[in-house]
Amino acid sequence: MADEAKSFSQQLLGFWVTFATMFKKVNTVQYPEVKEPTAERFHGRHQLNRYEDGLEKCIGCELCAWACPADAIYVEGADNTEEERFSPGERFGQVYQINYLRCVFCGLCIEACPTRALTMTNEYELADDDRAKLIFEKDDLLAPLRQGMIAPPHPMYPDSSHLNYYKGEITGSHPSQVQEEEK
Amino acid sequence: MSTAALLGQDPGWLILVKGLLIFVFCVVCTLMAVWGERRIVARMQMRLGPNRVGKFGLLQALADGVKLALKEDLIPAAADKVVFIIAPIISATTCFMAFAVIPFTGTVTLFGHKTAMQLTDLPVSVLYILAIASVGVYGIVLAGWSSGSTYPLLGGLRSSAQVISYEVAMGLSLVAVFIYSGSMSTSEIVAAQHKWWFSVILFPSFVIYVISMVGETNRAPFDLAEAEGELVGGFHTEYSSLKFALFFLAEYVNIVAVSALATTLFMGGYHALPGLTFTESWLGGWFTLFWFIAKVVSFFFLFVWLRGTLPRLRYDQFMKFGWKVLIPTSLVWILILASLRVMSQRAVSRMIVLGFSVGVVLLVMLVTTMYDRTTAKAKAAAVLPDLPPPSFPIPALPGQSTVNHLTIEQTQVVTELENHNG
Repeated sequence: MADEAKSFSQQLLGFWVTFATMFKKVNTVQYPEVKEPTAERFHGRHQLNRYEDGLEKCIGCELCAWACPADAIYVEGADNTEEERFSPGERFGQVYQINYLRCVFCGLCIEACPTRALTMTNEYELADDDRAKLIFEKDDLLAPLRQGMIAPPHPMYPDSSHLNYYKGEITGSHPSQVQEEEK
Repeated sequence: MSTAALLGQDPGWLILVKGLLIFVFCVVCTLMAVWGERRIVARMQMRLGPNRVGKFGLLQALADGVKLALKEDLIPAAADKVVFIIAPIISATTCFMAFAVIPFTGTVTLFGHKTAMQLTDLPVSVLYILAIASVGVYGIVLAGWSSGSTYPLLGGLRSSAQVISYEVAMGLSLVAVFIYSGSMSTSEIVAAQHKWWFSVILFPSFVIYVISMVGETNRAPFDLAEAEGELVGGFHTEYSSLKFALFFLAEYVNIVAVSALATTLFMGGYHALPGLTFTESWLGGWFTLFWFIAKVVSFFFLFVWLRGTLPRLRYDQFMKFGWKVLIPTSLVWILILASLRVMSQRAVSRMIVLGFSVGVVLLVMLVTTMYDRTTAKAKAAAVLPDLPPPSFPIPALPGQSTVNHLTIEQTQVVTELENHNG
């Protein structure tokens, strides 16, 4: 009888738990109105980065596409010319597509990238009403131009090689390039 | 003037108005109950619950209802079409009928007529409610049977068995009320509780009624008919659109109905809480409606609380509880109560009443100690049988060592073989 009484009182304790929980703070996030920041290194949408003068970092090597386990990335490289230069060095990514219907956000492409051209943002709102809209093109993925950047194609920083770019020695556009741009 | 006589003077149009008001009350109650239940259960689980449609999500149930009505109405090919359509209608109509005899207020003035908010008053109104509830079971049985499908049939059988079994316990718990109030008329039962609520003087009956009302309405933790893991949706698995909405409506109106009955029979009906009796004359007597609704709502909260706290019972345990605990307990309680009542009516001396009460208490103690001893003996006698070790690995029983018999034997065989060869 004592055991039964004890187990009964413990069951009554359960009623107290649910009652007390009613007055606790709720965990619900009112999502579309309230957006909580993601974890700092959350794997979100990709971004194709630029050097400080606006040239693209992507060299069209396709290592990201080869690393991709879901076959979500398609890259076509092309040669830079002296008249039309998109990235320092020999090659640039002419076509760059990421299919977000296939991407699993594993980040292996980021590990594969030799120039740190491809990184991930924290953006996670990637829903749409059309399958075609979820294949992101190069324009969708390219990082926006920041202060001091000039949209490619334009020549490299005067008297520099792709190695200077790679080592991070180029910290902005040359004044002469800026003037030319303003014309 | 008694309430029955007062209601007898109602003109026909007033009866119609009251009927309409009761219908509106039930439907609004259902809408609010669905919303309230979801919000309260959500809070108990640290969620918010529906809060999008209308202020505080109040219109959520209405929006769901409209959506349900616009859904495609499917009738399975194997279904018995006529019965399939009649079943939800039976459920939805009977659940409203119980409200005809529930007194919502005391004497009030409605459109210049002195009356009470109660559609009608029968000398046997509580029996009428029990009868109506039994008719309501037909809706469930027929729905399960006419669906022409296995799970609905099983669900229908389960819930009808459940409702019928718990109706017995419920009926027995009401007998105590009849004995004490000397009437089966709801208004007279309310009047009889003017001094003391029956939930106080007839506490065991009250507890039995509360348990059986949860069983009667197929609600958690007794919602075995809708055990999703076992029976999909129970008797309404094959129902869609408005016919499903009717079952949904019936379920919630039933909850309000049993709560209203509990309020009427045990919680003093529309009377104010003790010590607040002066409020009963406020607003020309209409304030009693507030007390009635407040009591019904607190019963509804109990329903939600139970749902938020307790897991579902196993079916056999549930039936065992109903037949072997609730019904015998209420029978014994009625026996004691009836004896006490007869003694008080015959004006038996106080010493005899006291002696009887002490005797009952001693008898209960004797029975429980004997029960305890026999169960303890049975426990001690139940020694594990001495079986040979099985030929496959098994987890250890309580008190056994965890050494695996098979491995011991195998090692023995291996060592013997080695000795033989070596």
